[in-house]
Amino acid sequence: MKRAARLIVFYAGLLALWTLLAELKIWPPYLFPTPWGVSGALYDGFKDHSYWIAIAVSMRRVLIGYAISVVLGMILGLGVASSKFLEETMGGLLVSLQSLPSICWWPLALLWFGLSQNAILFVVVMGSLLSVTLAMEDGRKQMPKIFGMAGRNLGASGLQLFWYVLLPASLPFIVSGLKQGWAFAWRSLITAEMLYLSLGLGQVLMMGRDLNDMSAVIAVMLLIIAIGYVVDGVVFKSMERHLQHKWGLISST
Amino acid sequence: MSTNAHNFPARVPIPVEPLTPFVAGVRKKAALGSRPMHKISLEVPKVGLSDICLSYRTQSEERLLALDHINLQVKAGEFLCIVGPSGCGKSTLLHLIAGLHQQTSGEVLIDGKRVQGPGTDRILIFQELGLFPWLTVGQNVEFGMKMKGLSKAEREEKTQYYLRLVHLSQFKDSYTHQLSGGMRQRVALARALATEPDVLLMDEPFAALDAQTRDLLHDELERIWFETGRTIIFVTHNVREAIRLGDRVALLTFRPGRVKREFPIDLPRPRVLEDTHVALAAREILGELREEINRSLEVEYNVGVKPHVEAGVEEQI
Repeated sequence: MKRAARLIVFYAGLLALWTLLAELKIWPPYLFPTPWGVSGALYDGFKDHSYWIAIAVSMRRVLIGYAISVVLGMILGLGVASSKFLEETMGGLLVSLQSLPSICWWPLALLWFGLSQNAILFVVVMGSLLSVTLAMEDGRKQMPKIFGMAGRNLGASGLQLFWYVLLPASLPFIVSGLKQGWAFAWRSLITAEMLYLSLGLGQVLMMGRDLNDMSAVIAVMLLIIAIGYVVDGVVFKSMERHLQHKWGLISST
Repeated sequence: MSTNAHNFPARVPIPVEPLTPFVAGVRKKAALGSRPMHKISLEVPKVGLSDICLSYRTQSEERLLALDHINLQVKAGEFLCIVGPSGCGKSTLLHLIAGLHQQTSGEVLIDGKRVQGPGTDRILIFQELGLFPWLTVGQNVEFGMKMKGLSKAEREEKTQYYLRLVHLSQFKDSYTHQLSGGMRQRVALARALATEPDVLLMDEPFAALDAQTRDLLHDELERIWFETGRTIIFVTHNVREAIRLGDRVALLTFRPGRVKREFPIDLPRPRVLEDTHVALAAREILGELREEINRSLEVEYNVGVKPHVEAGVEEQI
């Protein structure tokens, strides 16, 4: 309860400061909107369905892109982890590629896929693939060897071994990587959407700028933060909790 | 004139093995005290180890011989215990039989056939058990059967059966971390038995348990061995445990592991750890084991003065 109280005080203070600065009218409202201007923009956006549509479009894209990078990343990560040669060669390449911001793939994506949804998906995949791959590789290494041996001993091999043993055994070790991959996917998506008329949240954000509607810009930014936070804090947190509980890593209270 | 003269010779009755009733692949009728009748082939042992050598490179690029020409034969239905000081390669030997590692030279034979990798005809119970924490007790037991492609109904029936065999029926839906050490041991045993292997390989399975639990599991293992008629190779560093359970005890030497001696144990079952006959048999084996332990101490601690295991330490060995 104390924590909740502190949070309320903090955000109330932040809101008060915002209101005060807006009320002082140091900057014109199209540069520095008021809190009620932003909430009005949010209300209008949801009322005329444009925000709902934008959220749906963006979520669809990020889910497809993320799913692709999870599948590819797991295959790549396992491959890299299970071969010394691949680890020495590919491993280094993957780490160095991770320093490249995903939007740098945009020009390439435009040439390869044209100005289309696929170009956006490509950027999303490139944004999150590497963290999923590295997480999988790491998880495979951290995973106790005994599980793989026990699985083989009980007659599992090949794909069965991967699906029924190696994957579930490494899950607790790759969950944080999957979470990071999600964060990268989400960021890459918004960035890519801002560069192209695409109906998603990124475009709605840019539209606010084009119309000099700073309230709308802030409103969409809040939406992007909220969605990212909810997925991270609700979906991944509960997944982590569930795993830890099942494995007995935390007490079952 | 014999009517038979130009016919086929009169039929000679072929000795047929009596059909033993099987319930879920397990011999039904077997009572403690009477040795089960196993099909014992005189020529081909169930498990044959011939000239097994294993060497590997250490970090300092030296070649270390871990196992040196191991020759052992295990009859079908036999309970063989392997004892030796730590570092003699007894666990490694089980891994080789399980097909999880490859020996440098020599052959592992099952029914005379060469082992090429893991197979469900021999299941290893690891020292760390290797139970899957993401599965329930029932799902763990079911795992091997699922890999074999058994139908769901069949899997369910056998899972029930084997859980009952190890007295864990009520814990089918628990996760392994919710169980005690002894219970986890029994899950591992049920999981191994459920794949219905001919050979059960056990790697110091009871080392981490308290004495009471261990005594209990000795009884249970012996009972299950009687009931299922499996061949068991049991690795331990505890000589009394080996005598408690084994038909035969093989003693391995310290690095490189060699079969120093084999001791047949002809004591009536069930045996009791505290029994004087067990203690007497243990004394003989311990005498030989102590030499190996002293050698291992010399090497491991690299001391000039010859260390020795004192008489009191025997109890813990």
